[in-house]
Amino acid sequence: MKNSINNAFKIAKKENRPALISYTVCGDNTKDKSLEILNSISKDLDIAEWGIPHNCPTADGKDIQNSSYRALQNGIRLNDIFKLVKKFKKTKPFKPIILMGYYQMIFNFGEKKFIQKCKASGVDGLIVVDLSFPDNKNFAKLCKKNSICFVQLIAPTTTVKRMREIIKSSHEMIYMISTISTTGSALKYSIKRIIKNYNVIKKIKPSKNVVIGFGITEKTISNLKSADGLVVGSAICREITRSLKDRQNPVTNVSKLVRKLKNKII
Amino acid sequence: MIKLKKKIPLIDQHDKFGFYGNKFGGNYCAETMRKPIEDLSKLFEKLRKDRKFLKKRDNYFKYYLGGETPFFKLENLTNHLGGAQIWCKDVSAINGDAHKAYHATVNALICKESGKRYIAGDTGAGMFGKNLAMAAKKMNLKCKIFMGTKDISRQAPNVKFIRDAGAEVVPVDSGSKTLVDAVSECMRHYVSNCDNTHLAVGSAIGCNIFLKICAWSTSQISRELKMQLIKEFGEIPKLKLINVIGVGSSALGFWNEFIDYDKRHVELIGVEAKYAAPLSTNAKIAILHGAAQYCLTDKEGQIAETHSLSAGLDYPGSSPLHGLLKDSGRARYTNASDKEALAAFKLITKLENIRPSLEPAHAWSECIRLAPKLKKSDVLVVNNCGKGYKDKKIYIEQLGYYPK
Repeated sequence: MKNSINNAFKIAKKENRPALISYTVCGDNTKDKSLEILNSISKDLDIAEWGIPHNCPTADGKDIQNSSYRALQNGIRLNDIFKLVKKFKKTKPFKPIILMGYYQMIFNFGEKKFIQKCKASGVDGLIVVDLSFPDNKNFAKLCKKNSICFVQLIAPTTTVKRMREIIKSSHEMIYMISTISTTGSALKYSIKRIIKNYNVIKKIKPSKNVVIGFGITEKTISNLKSADGLVVGSAICREITRSLKDRQNPVTNVSKLVRKLKNKII
Repeated sequence: MIKLKKKIPLIDQHDKFGFYGNKFGGNYCAETMRKPIEDLSKLFEKLRKDRKFLKKRDNYFKYYLGGETPFFKLENLTNHLGGAQIWCKDVSAINGDAHKAYHATVNALICKESGKRYIAGDTGAGMFGKNLAMAAKKMNLKCKIFMGTKDISRQAPNVKFIRDAGAEVVPVDSGSKTLVDAVSECMRHYVSNCDNTHLAVGSAIGCNIFLKICAWSTSQISRELKMQLIKEFGEIPKLKLINVIGVGSSALGFWNEFIDYDKRHVELIGVEAKYAAPLSTNAKIAILHGAAQYCLTDKEGQIAETHSLSAGLDYPGSSPLHGLLKDSGRARYTNASDKEALAAFKLITKLENIRPSLEPAHAWSECIRLAPKLKKSDVLVVNNCGKGYKDKKIYIEQLGYYPK
């Protein structure tokens, strides 16, 4: 349990493939539906990321904004999110779950209380989009103390010097942002350039699990399968939007999409 | 209580993480933005000490923006209210019609120095958008202005200016469709284009460097005022400086040179819009647009919607520097309703020859409340920071007329 994120990467490595990581927004489009979606896709996932919706997100593209908007419209609150995580973990105790959100939601709730709640409900990791290095040092420590993996981000703009510092203070997983963009836009860089950036990070500390995210879709995923892990977010959120628009069941549609994504990397 | 440091500019009173008084400001931004804002900070620190750059700025202020803005006594209003002397620092007389002209011009100059060819900014009332568009045109930069769709329709005259100056207006239709959403969208644009775009945040908000650049630029107002006061009174008299607060860029400029004075000598009074008033209604601290600040939120921590007739004041947050001034007790904050601002406009324009926009009308409202309670030896100065033409349609809707 304690190292379930590390385990997830180990399993994927054994099968000679990258770990598949999904991102959906908790509460999209309703509380129950979002849990149903996650339960359904989790068989093809190695790690699940769940977004905490916020109404002033400064790094999300349109697709995730839409998902967050739907979730907020349907009244999702932080305490609901913890309850839903607990429910998910009850049936899938070994599937790691990472919460991802903006610092305001944590700050407002209270850092310590937030982490305690995470721990009690079974959250394995946290990504805080706008709490970057070195401002996140204390919070990362607090996470570690409570056996929660604090996931640091590295961007294409991050200098090598800064990268070294970030990696040094990182836990078992690092999130590499593929291109200069918000979530969900098309990849601006060539696959070659993204892999090159990835290798720079890996070379500094080969034992760290580095995942690539932002702009990964059905079309691009197979080209990046040499990475330790790949995150698909906006493409899934887009599928939920499309399903709702066409009055189809998002659970089956998203499950099909995730299955396809998985097939492309095995 | 936080203590302000004497003889250190307000914008420089932060720690190495960008926090003022250990709790306001900071750099809450995505990793992608870290390097670009670090580069910008280095560039700004270099430029503000660079004589050639300062000369260039001063020349732009003088020849492009029209130089010193007037300072005069409002005799009729003073007599009518029968208390303190009322003076006007008429910043709206600047080419560009509002204090945003300083801030926009400086941003375009910095963009030029950085070698970037694109500049992007947010706007609520359209004053910053308009000035940035004009400065970009003057300096050959490609400009995008992010504006909420509600504001695009209520501030149409400024939207026309922006487009006529050749800038692209990017309509923002999310959330409340006002300034708060425009800032979010503009920041997202920057996250995606920070390799070739300079971000000109429209007010004293955002990560540390953005509010520094803003307050540094608008401080031209108080540099002028200080000299004008000495010329008029032979000294700095006992003063009250009244300024409207949206996010707070004009007030910071209006007050900057007077921060070190005792508050019994120079009192600083900020006036917010009644339903967008984080500083005067004991709002909690929240993280919005990259900085910790007094901000209106709901219980869950989601950013609250605000309501003001004035697009420039319709924002849930406030500059971290105002949090610092509030918690140190240096400034005090109050608010005025739409109705009170309209009544102030009515009285001012009946008695005097100035036409404030809805934003400074809030400051005038506080001045009208205060003046009768004070003595003739007291001096009230109001920053008339925006021209009223942009709100002509709203004034006509609300009052039935717009004065000549």
